[in-house]
Amino acid sequence: MYGNDFAPPEDAPGGGLLGEVEAAEAALREAAARARRGGPGPDEDFEAYFADVIDADQKIEPRDWMPEAYRKTLIRQIAQHAHSEIIGMQPEGNWISRAPSLKRKAILLAKVQDEAGHGLYLYAAAETLGISRDELVELLLDGRQKYSSIFNYPTLTWADVGAIGWLVDGAAIVNQVPLCRCSYGPYARAMIRVCKEESFHQRQGYEILHTLAHGTGAQKAMAQDALDRWWYPSLAMFGPPDGDSTHSAQSMAWKIKRFSNDELRQRFVDMCVGQAEVLGLTIPDPGLRWNDERQAYDYTQPDYAELMRVIKGDGPCNRERMAHRQRAHADGAWVREAAVAYAAKRADRKKEKVAA
Amino acid sequence: MSTELTPLWEVFVRARRGLSHTHVGSLHAPDAELALRNARDLYTRRQEGVSIWVVPAGAITASSPDEKDAFFDPAADKVYRHPTFYEVPDGVAHL
Repeated sequence: MYGNDFAPPEDAPGGGLLGEVEAAEAALREAAARARRGGPGPDEDFEAYFADVIDADQKIEPRDWMPEAYRKTLIRQIAQHAHSEIIGMQPEGNWISRAPSLKRKAILLAKVQDEAGHGLYLYAAAETLGISRDELVELLLDGRQKYSSIFNYPTLTWADVGAIGWLVDGAAIVNQVPLCRCSYGPYARAMIRVCKEESFHQRQGYEILHTLAHGTGAQKAMAQDALDRWWYPSLAMFGPPDGDSTHSAQSMAWKIKRFSNDELRQRFVDMCVGQAEVLGLTIPDPGLRWNDERQAYDYTQPDYAELMRVIKGDGPCNRERMAHRQRAHADGAWVREAAVAYAAKRADRKKEKVAA
Repeated sequence: MSTELTPLWEVFVRARRGLSHTHVGSLHAPDAELALRNARDLYTRRQEGVSIWVVPAGAITASSPDEKDAFFDPAADKVYRHPTFYEVPDGVAHL
């Protein structure tokens, strides 16, 4: 149903990241169609059955038995993913009222609406693991769960909206495309939806930068400045280097993750170089050069000490982002109460009518 | 605000005339009308559907995976339910 809603992009099936999403969707259907026996046998332990499902590249579904650590890891990952979508509306929302044309403004509004939708898909996926959205929202508001470090950076110019689309959403897609094949069914299905919409975001961001980079000198300088500021934070989005990543090995064994942080980061750099050339902009890394032996670009690693500082709450906008979300939640309390009271009143009236 | 007050709704969307409603996801809303509105915004932003059903998640009873075998067994003992069970004599057309 979902595959038909987009005009096929020029790199449709088989090519590019969207092609990979299509392939993951097809694989999901195939896995579902492949005949396999039903639930675990009476003499079989759940753990062996779980391992068997993972081995067979089948999906774990909400009512299947799963190891407690698998459930916890997924809740953590999906929730923080959802929080990122919600907090991620702020940096771009900052430019809605100041977008340079009505067209750009309408596009930005649609994009921010998509981000809200992604947050909700993901909260719904997390809820299938037995935690409520309200609990997750509490965890975010209390600062006990994190969101992506990238949203703690400020959007200082209109070009930043383009850089976020191209680099931040681009990095997100590179990260999320393999998650379309994740072993947990609800997460994999949510990622397929999200990735398709995210591709629109990445392209619209790229278009903004392309327009600016081919405009006046001042516009081009603004685009270059945005690239200069967003490049390393975007690289840092892939997380700490493989040696320091705490959850990686287990997540890979469970087929939640398919590639390591460093592998995905490399893939992202390799993609961006050509795209930056077409923009006519320079990636702010003097160490960037093609490595013939590795068939990949060598590049300078982001400052991981800075990443850790930002994750721990000491980035440029951490306090502002959290304060904004907490304020929106507190100020909206009476509206939520009103909606609940109204629903209760109507339910009562219905009951009276039925009784009468 | 507790979850009981804004219950979970399951959302089914029919993509086009002639197709069946397909489960697309879930959402929280205080009542059916808001659930429907939110479902429209959330799940049909790109012309994904022409009809939406919302159902309180609490109203759905699901089968459990342990009873999958017994529950969904295609009745191996009732092979006569399949057309391939019946032998067609040679020379009979259009059957």
